[in-house]
Amino acid sequence: MLTIKDLAVKFPSRFGDFSAISDVDMTIAPGEIHGLVGESGAGKSTVGAAVIGLLSAPGYIANGTLTLGDTDLRTLTEVQAHAIRGDRISMIFQDPQTSLNPLMTIEDQLIETIQAHSDVRYSAAHKRAVDLLEEIGIKDAAKRIKAYPHQFSGGMRQRVVIALAICTDPELIIADEPTTALDVAVQSQVLDLIRRLAKDRKIAFMLITHDIGVIAQIADRVTVMRQGRVVETGETAQVIGAPTQPYTRALMDAVPPLDRRIDRFRVPAEEGHLAASAGISNAAEKWLLEGQQQAPMGLSLKDICVRFAGPRTSIFRKPDPYIALQDVSLEVKPGSIMGLVGESGSGKSTLAKAITGLIKPSSGTMTLGDLELPGGKFRSRHHPSRQLIQMVFQDPYSSLNSRHRVGAILAEPLWFYGTVQDAQERTKLAAAMLDLVGMAPDAIDKYPHQFSGGQRQRIAVARALLARPRFLICDEPTSALDVSIQAEILNLLKDLQAKFGLTILFISHNLAVVRQMADDTAVLRNGQIEEINASEKLFSSPEAAYTQKLLALTPVMPTDWTALRA
Amino acid sequence: MIAFVKRYEGLWLFVHSPAAIVAALVALMIFLGAVLAPWLALVNPYDLASFSLFDGLLPPVWQDGANPKFLLGTDDQGRDMISSILYGARLSLVIGLAALTIAAVLGVGLGLAAGYYGGRFDAIVMRIADVQLALPAILTALLIDGIARGILPAAVQQDLRVAVLTLAIALSLWVNFARTARASTFVQMNKEYVQAAIMMGQHPLRVMFVHILPNILGPLLVIMTVDLASAILLEATLSFLGIGLPADSPSLGTLIRIGMQFLLSGEWWILWIPTLFLVALVVSINILGDFLRDVFNPRLR
Amino acid sequence: MVYFILKRLVQSVFVMLAVAFLAFSLFRFVGDPITQMTGVETSIEDQERLREDLGLNDPFILQFGRFTGDLLSGDFGYSYRTRQPVAEMIAVRIPATLELGVVALIISLVVGVPAGVYTALRPRGIAAQTILMTTLVGVSIPTFVIGIMLIFIFGVQLGWLPTFGRGGTVQIGSWESSLFTIEGWRALLLPAITLGVYQLTLTMRLVRAEMMEVMRSDYIRFAMARGVPMRKLHYKHALANTMVPVITIIGLQFGGVIAFSIVTESVFQWPGMGLLFLESIRFVDIPVMGVYLVVIAFFFVLVNLIVDLLYVAIDPRLRIRDVQ
Repeated sequence: MLTIKDLAVKFPSRFGDFSAISDVDMTIAPGEIHGLVGESGAGKSTVGAAVIGLLSAPGYIANGTLTLGDTDLRTLTEVQAHAIRGDRISMIFQDPQTSLNPLMTIEDQLIETIQAHSDVRYSAAHKRAVDLLEEIGIKDAAKRIKAYPHQFSGGMRQRVVIALAICTDPELIIADEPTTALDVAVQSQVLDLIRRLAKDRKIAFMLITHDIGVIAQIADRVTVMRQGRVVETGETAQVIGAPTQPYTRALMDAVPPLDRRIDRFRVPAEEGHLAASAGISNAAEKWLLEGQQQAPMGLSLKDICVRFAGPRTSIFRKPDPYIALQDVSLEVKPGSIMGLVGESGSGKSTLAKAITGLIKPSSGTMTLGDLELPGGKFRSRHHPSRQLIQMVFQDPYSSLNSRHRVGAILAEPLWFYGTVQDAQERTKLAAAMLDLVGMAPDAIDKYPHQFSGGQRQRIAVARALLARPRFLICDEPTSALDVSIQAEILNLLKDLQAKFGLTILFISHNLAVVRQMADDTAVLRNGQIEEINASEKLFSSPEAAYTQKLLALTPVMPTDWTALRA
Repeated sequence: MIAFVKRYEGLWLFVHSPAAIVAALVALMIFLGAVLAPWLALVNPYDLASFSLFDGLLPPVWQDGANPKFLLGTDDQGRDMISSILYGARLSLVIGLAALTIAAVLGVGLGLAAGYYGGRFDAIVMRIADVQLALPAILTALLIDGIARGILPAAVQQDLRVAVLTLAIALSLWVNFARTARASTFVQMNKEYVQAAIMMGQHPLRVMFVHILPNILGPLLVIMTVDLASAILLEATLSFLGIGLPADSPSLGTLIRIGMQFLLSGEWWILWIPTLFLVALVVSINILGDFLRDVFNPRLR
Repeated sequence: MVYFILKRLVQSVFVMLAVAFLAFSLFRFVGDPITQMTGVETSIEDQERLREDLGLNDPFILQFGRFTGDLLSGDFGYSYRTRQPVAEMIAVRIPATLELGVVALIISLVVGVPAGVYTALRPRGIAAQTILMTTLVGVSIPTFVIGIMLIFIFGVQLGWLPTFGRGGTVQIGSWESSLFTIEGWRALLLPAITLGVYQLTLTMRLVRAEMMEVMRSDYIRFAMARGVPMRKLHYKHALANTMVPVITIIGLQFGGVIAFSIVTESVFQWPGMGLLFLESIRFVDIPVMGVYLVVIAFFFVLVNLIVDLLYVAIDPRLRIRDVQ
């Protein structure tokens, strides 16, 4: 039904024309869920945008044919193309919050869309809208339809978005990362909804995502893209279970499995990745080992509570406090890695901020080894924990000051904690540390924006290590990275921890990643600990109902594809 | 060379933007003229001995009755127009830049601190800003002037004219800086590099000035050009109203006021030449400001 | 929502109090009210007695309290220059300034908003570039120069419109209006345009910037992907969302309109509050200066409160808070 041949999209820039995608072939049959998977920069979103005709300026289609049924999409005038949108092709985006007009009710937005494409009276359109909302799982639709977007929760909003996309009965829906911003449970529901729509209404889906688990769960066929080109395409079972191309194979290998623990990830060879060390990392290793005079330190948290004042909505009542963390207690054994798992809003980041002194717990105690950790502003700026506890953050694009050179960023902890007095020595040690984390030492003179996400995260790790910490908090360190880069960084963290006896608190919402990294795991939900146990025990036989639910709903790659093929 | 220009996006855009180039050139010329006025000008408009009434009311060189020594003519006192403009631009620029600097230092400082500390300090700064906003620029400037007039003894008033004017204009402009700096600082406070610095235990002043400030310079630079234009316009307006600089040490605004008298009587150059200069100066600054805004906000291109 | 409105009210009261304090400080510390009122012939003893009678030796707070009380009850004191009650002097001038300001504001909105929308939707056309250039120049020309140019072209060379005064005025109760006669309108036109030009360019650029920002948002993209007709997209979706922040700024701008009226009134000899204020500065007539301050702040605060209420009425996110 949708046929793409030799599609090429270019973006003119002051450096010449940049080829976003080239030689892309794809076919999607009616009712088929076609996964389009790839890492960042692969060009997946560009393909979707090109099909529906919403390429962001100044991009243009340089070559190729796009046919939907009998219609040649490239020969349409602007008016004809716009008429097709919504009627035959629709598109949904990643963030449900920004996808809906905040000033219009759901009712208005639905009816407007319906009436834009079919000649029906208001009452008929209204009825269709209400029925639609019921169908996609919004209860009490007749009443809820009069609400505004901000009155719905994230998952509900994405359903409304889907409703808006299907209310005109299109043949094809392009879904660009539709579940990436959603929690595991909600994601599972939305994926089920998509599958149901494809089967019942024969709507084809182009499911664009970087999450291979999602593809494995609902896609019929899949296309793998890399750097603007198609690498492999075919039935899901074949591409994921038995890939023919080396890149695809390496990609699948890098995905952390949920069902078992492996020692190290197999990483696809990347150009530009430093295979052989420059040889100066020994200086950094020696220096780090020097600092390891005492035994590894453990972290102990007892009954930590964090309360925030709620927003004031009435003059008469004091606002209800928002309880971010309630009676959280956990022990991180010295020299081990503890995983902290939770969905968004569970309080993981709040806990990290409490431990590092950015937030003061309303009650409870924290101890690092023998050291008491005062909370919030009671922790002086010179408290030893400031050096002993370091953090690797989630967003590699904001965790490094983009106006400082890498050399300055790395030397800062050395200068600040007074560990190395001489400026030249600092630079040398920083270069050695870069080598240790797998970066070329000439990065010293460059700025962060000259590096990719994975490289920046390595710099962030180097910075943390240059403070010579005993305790490292990794707050979603790989969530913003591609799967293959994630594998590299996780390997790096494992190696560093083993060599230097660091104690690590590894925070993530990705269960599979945590299983690979952590010796023990704690599950956090709505500010409370649901379960703590040794990782192997927790993952293979979870005790708490919530943990079981999380494990059941996480999209995984099946190990056995033969059953699916049947 | 071309590679160098391509590397810095701002530079590349500049080279391809004729308006920006022209504006920069004009602004530069006027600026240089103002700075080098004592050497370029024929007469010093402040020095009563350097001009005479006999040279008064001469038209510019392309009209009949002109004296080639005075290319753009003279005013009723016999002062050469070019010299008056150069010195006038000088005063306008000095006051504009001084006021801008004071406003920037005050505004950015308060804005940074308000963004960093939040809470009560932020609330206080915002309330003060609210009050300042309720009194528009001209009003503040006029008030300060009126107060100075009332407080300072008459003998000192003339000498402190420039200082009072500068202070008045600065006070009406700081709020812009403060609000922009504050908003930008709030955004940066959520960024992880700031949290990393605070977590390390760095001193608040270091976090604000070494870490945050370099990252908020973009929008501040835009405000600076816009406010420079506002400062110059404000000074011109005040002088025009008679509250600013007096006739014996005229800025461009004063010159325009003087020129108004001759609107109907035919000596058009005394009015329109200073006007043209003032407008050219402010337009160039605004074009550059617009250009900067486009450089820092690629989405508007 | 009620809480939000109350919070804004409290903030407004605070601003008014602060301004009143400023005005009061003016009275107290700039010049000596006694010498202003009595001249040099009065003896020192008499001056002292006057000082005592007027309560000028009382504690600061008491005087400030009395001052505020006076303001609230409408007693604005007497002008040093004309010995008339300030309240009357200002009241008589308010209509002139208000009418000028409102007409100027209307001109700036009626021209500015559509121009802003047009240049946002068709940014590369010749028309848009011309409009942008023109507004750039417009923003750079001081208001008084615009006034002079208009006077020169329309008043002197062409002789079409009067160049000073209000023309024919009609008295409605205590409000002297110039809106009801052709003469009045002819006299109002040039000053209103002068005053409106600067506001116009600001409004236009603001609307343009906001609208371009909105057009890049996800919900517009999604609406396009759904095939919502382009016209509806531009107006019902984009413009509506654009106006929300624009309204706030316009409220702020109104303060500018009143302030710039000083200059316009000066150029056109328009008998409004601004002209009065200018004269009071020249003569250091503190009572008039102080009260003008308070009146201006009051208008500003009032307009902003109305704008905030409008904001709440328009944006459902402020009206309804519950999340289901």
